[in-house]
Amino acid sequence: MAVRAKALAQPATRSRISRRRVQQNLEGWLFILPVMIGVVAFYVVPLIVSFYTSFTNSDGLTQPQWVGLFNYQRLFTRDQFFRRSVLNTIFYVCGHIPLTIGLALILALLCNRKMPGVTWFRTAYFIPVVTNVVAVSLVWNFFFSPRGGVVNWFLSLFGVGGPSWLTSTQWAMPAVIIVSVWFGVGFPMVILLAGLQGIPEMYYEAAKIDGASAFGRFRYITLPLLSPALFFLSITQFISSFQVFGIIYVLTGGGPARATSVYIYYLYQNAFQDSRLGYASAMAWLLFAAIALITLIQWKLQKRWVIYD
Amino acid sequence: MAQLSQPLAGPQSPAPSRTAVKVRHLATNLVFYVIMAALAVVFLAPLLWMLTASLKPEYLVLATPPTFLPRHFQWENYQAVLKVIPLFAFNSFKLAFLTVGGVLIVTPLAAYAFARLTFWGRDFAFSILLATLMVPGIVTLIPLYIIYKNIGWIDTHYPLWVPKVLHSVTAIFLLRQFFRQIPMELEDAARLDGATTFQVYWKVMLPQVKPALAAVGIFSFLDSWNDLFGPLIYLNTLELQTLPVALKLFQGEFFTQISVLMAGASLSILPVLIVFFAAQKYFLQGITMTGIK
Repeated sequence: MAVRAKALAQPATRSRISRRRVQQNLEGWLFILPVMIGVVAFYVVPLIVSFYTSFTNSDGLTQPQWVGLFNYQRLFTRDQFFRRSVLNTIFYVCGHIPLTIGLALILALLCNRKMPGVTWFRTAYFIPVVTNVVAVSLVWNFFFSPRGGVVNWFLSLFGVGGPSWLTSTQWAMPAVIIVSVWFGVGFPMVILLAGLQGIPEMYYEAAKIDGASAFGRFRYITLPLLSPALFFLSITQFISSFQVFGIIYVLTGGGPARATSVYIYYLYQNAFQDSRLGYASAMAWLLFAAIALITLIQWKLQKRWVIYD
Repeated sequence: MAQLSQPLAGPQSPAPSRTAVKVRHLATNLVFYVIMAALAVVFLAPLLWMLTASLKPEYLVLATPPTFLPRHFQWENYQAVLKVIPLFAFNSFKLAFLTVGGVLIVTPLAAYAFARLTFWGRDFAFSILLATLMVPGIVTLIPLYIIYKNIGWIDTHYPLWVPKVLHSVTAIFLLRQFFRQIPMELEDAARLDGATTFQVYWKVMLPQVKPALAAVGIFSFLDSWNDLFGPLIYLNTLELQTLPVALKLFQGEFFTQISVLMAGASLSILPVLIVFFAAQKYFLQGITMTGIK
């Protein structure tokens, strides 16, 4: 009898447990449901559509037709503007990333000094980040003006005759890079500053006692301990600078003579000015592949220089 | 003599050297102040130029050498711009309100579940969320355009706030970090009192992450207000346009005068500056939390 009762009781508790588990699962999914709908609707489905579109001649109006690898072939073999946009993007990335991270590091080191009022300077360096790209690019547009522009007036104080920045094929991209550094340096600065503030003071004191120079302390304490933050920044900066658009759209419109037509700008023109959605989708996937590859390489290389404690 | 004076100077020597150290310290500080102030001028110059140009008569805007402030402020520039921009400002505020409100409702729910609840498929769902961060926005842009076209969302405000609300992954990460730091005892105590999961979330957990909610709110406000690509691509009707994008579209048309254009530009960054200064602390905290985990 007793054995039987036990056998009867067991399923009851088990079902109570499983009912609780079902409830837990249900609750959890209810909490994340809106976000998961968002992921499927705005990421998973579009990714599939995008991949498919890149093999068609879709123009957004007529029924798209399958063209196989034609878009990709054309990009590599026949499109000079595409090649130009790739080179322009590499130029931009090579200018933007070292300047941004280098300047961010200098600003973070300055803001890390214990002096009264230092937070005001931090705020000043950070403010451009919160402004909108249209408003500030319009200002820079006039800053670079060869007649009455502030930049060339400043250069003239040192007897330097400034170029006609935005209308010069040679100087338009450097101008874009200057604006992008000014606009974007605040974010990495804040990250590096937090990294600096996380380095224990006693490391520096110990090094001072051992007679290490200021440069030695920077090279052998600060840099290694900042390397995780620098690694994070190099990855995120690469991904975002490959996709630069706003500054170029407002400042130069990709000109003069395509001198600042970067990857995304050319893609934008293809997709939304020439209605070549299939072709532009192929471009997007190629960029995705390039970014993934570079991120992977950076990830592999991190063992050589990033130090985690 | 020399031998005698040395022990005498001994106890006295710290006094002058301490002032010397102080003077040197002040001098280095001064050098740093000068460097930092010069850099601050470079960083603020474009914004100051925007503001002063908006108060100048047109002929002084591009005068060489540059003038700082005119003797009489030309408030007419603002009168001129205010005839045009209220509609666009309304659109921008409306979108920012919907985005911030929606994000603050949707993301803490998901963040709490990912941080504290155990349920089937949680880690899988979270890793999918993580994976979407790796996809550059440009890849989904064209298909979204096609999808919006098919469901009649082109030239409406929906594409500019619905995706931002339902898919703000960084906000979820940030809030998840905060939820994980709350001691377990707090939640357990509420559960022992018989609270449901939602009550625990709403009454116990949510009040604990208010600073993080502030950061998330500011992030999404900026994200919405400063968006360029979205309004540019999904809106055709001028009346629906946001303030920053309207500035670009009007450049050289309505705003033939630089001073008037700069008045518009100044007004377009005013709301974000107010929000930023009001909650700078939360904002900077939020950035460092997303950057270093």
